[in-house]
This record gives sequence, C-alpha cells and structure tokens, in this order.
Amino acid sequence: MNATSVALGMIIVGMGVVTYAIRLSLILLLGRLKVPPLVQRALRFVPPAVLSALIFPELLLPGGTLMLSLGNVRLLSGVLAGLVAWQSKNVLLAIAVGMVALWVLQAVLPS
Amino acid sequence: MDARRLEFLAGVKAELPILLGVSPFGMIYGVLALSAGLPASLAFAMSSVVFAGSAQFVGAQLIGTGAPGIVILVTTFVVNLRHVLYSASVAPYLKHLNARWKCILAYLLTDEVYAVAITRFTQPGGSPSTSPSLRWYFLGAGLAQWSAWQASTAVGIVLGAQIPPGWALDFAIALTFIALVIPTLTDRPTVAAALSAGIVAVLTAGWPYKLGLVLGAVVGIVVGLLVEGKPKAGVRRP
Repeated sequence: MNATSVALGMIIVGMGVVTYAIRLSLILLLGRLKVPPLVQRALRFVPPAVLSALIFPELLLPGGTLMLSLGNVRLLSGVLAGLVAWQSKNVLLAIAVGMVALWVLQAVLPS
Repeated sequence: MDARRLEFLAGVKAELPILLGVSPFGMIYGVLALSAGLPASLAFAMSSVVFAGSAQFVGAQLIGTGAPGIVILVTTFVVNLRHVLYSASVAPYLKHLNARWKCILAYLLTDEVYAVAITRFTQPGGSPSTSPSLRWYFLGAGLAQWSAWQASTAVGIVLGAQIPPGWALDFAIALTFIALVIPTLTDRPTVAAALSAGIVAVLTAGWPYKLGLVLGAVVGIVVGLLVEGKPKAGVRRP
C-alpha cells in the first residue's frame, strides 16, 4: 500500500469515527445533553444546502470556468434530471435520464 | 422459536422492502467510488467503516477532487448531523441495555434502520419493559441493511471496474445529488437555502482546500433559518 492509500485510509477511518460518534452520542449521554432548538431547526436545511453546494459547481463550472450557455451539456442534462426527479419522484429514473441526456448531447453537440 | 429470534426475524422482514431501494445506491456508490479514484479495497472498506450512504457519496466525490482530510471530515460531520436526532429519539428505548448493546446498535443507526426501529418502538407493546426482546428487532433490521449494503457495494465495485471512462460516470454523482435535493425543496426557506448555498459555492469554487463548499453549505443553512424567521415572532402578537 502506497502513501496515498494510507492517507485515504486514515480519512475513511476519520469519517467512520465522526459518523459513529454522532450516532452513539445521545444513546450514551441521554438526559445529560439536549439538542439545542436552533440546531434542531437548522437540520432540515442541511440536505438542500450541502447538496446544492456540491451540485452548482459541477453544473456551472465544467472544466473550472463559468459556462452559462446552451453548449454546457452538463448543465442541460442536470436540469433535465432535476425536472424528471421533480415530476416522477423517482431517483433512479432521474439519474438514468440525466446520464442518457449527457451521452446524447455530447454526441450531438460539437465540443 | 423464542421471542428474541421472532423479533430478530421481524426486524429483518420489516427492512426488506427498504433494501430494494437501498441496494441500487450501494451499487452506484461502488461504481462511483472507483471512478472518483478510490482503490477498490478502500471503496469497499468505506461501506463498513462509515456505513452512511450520503456521507459516502459526498466523501468519495471530495476524495476524487483532492479535498484535504479536514474538509472531508467537517463535511461528513455536517451531512451526518441529523443522526443526533435519531440518537436522541431511540435513546429512551435503549437506556436499559448494557454498553455493548448500545455500541452495536449505534453503529447500525442509519436513516432506514432508524425509521424501521422507531416505528416498532412506538407501537403498542413497544416499550422495553413489556417486550425486552425489542433490541433483537433493531439488530435484525440493522444487520439486514448492513449485509445488503456491503453486498451491493461489492457488486458495484466489480461492475465499475468494467466500465470505460468515456461513459463519464462521475457525472452520475452530481445527478444523484440533484435527484436527492429536489424532494427537500418543500418551501421558500429550503429553496433559499439551496440557491444561496449553490451560488456561494460557485463564487468560491476557486478557493483552496474546497473551503468554498463548506462556506456555501454554512451560508445556505443560515439563509434558510433567516428566511424561515423566528417561530416565536408570530406568537407574540398582542
């Protein structure tokens, strides 16, 4: 195993420790620790905020530069997948449509 | 059959329909972890060490883009913070158990296992004093999901090794996130959180160590809270 694999292994172990500590926390500390109301309110914003912070750069900055045009095949495919997810509520269908759209657009549009 | 075994099998059975939805994600995770550059052994290890679907997707994506460890750990913390609520919610039903049981069940406390276990706990006869075997129900549901997650990850890793890079499968990570974010956009505050987080992440994409991602997420959460407003404000009318 090379140095990079060791570093990646340590990151994964760290992710495991963080995740496990959160899950075990109040099972062990029941009655001694309460979740603050602000944290409880904030939790429902975590998925939309984190996911959007990951999605937007992937769609708008392909190759690292801002691209707000119809030539941006990732943006078009991503928006289409979003519409499919919204209408069908089917995650796997949305992924499939988005991937097929990317392949078709890449083949059709000159890059 | 004694009560413990019956509860264990009932837990497995309750989890089964959920596994139909979970297993494709285990496979997708396996495929994507490889295309993000993780060695097969580590991609597989992550499924048992972390055992948290969304955190694994985000972690694999960040590892693929070369984000530093601390950013990956902070993001894992934020993504999994919701499990604090699950931990608090099941705690009263587990408080009579010894430390070994608590440690095992905590490891298995995923979104889906929580949903199945808390449903059983809150049913009539779900209190630990009337049915001391309930820990076995939790264990059955948890081990069922654990096994399915490891197996589907392994299948995904084997499949992923056969897929040529020209298929641009890394894009499926973004598509997965898109499909998952849409159902969370239920009202103005959540839409505001998503838009502000995304815009900040784009504006700060050039920042080192993927700090823009963390800042975007934090700004999104704060904007969501601000747009929602204080719940007390409406009550305090004369």
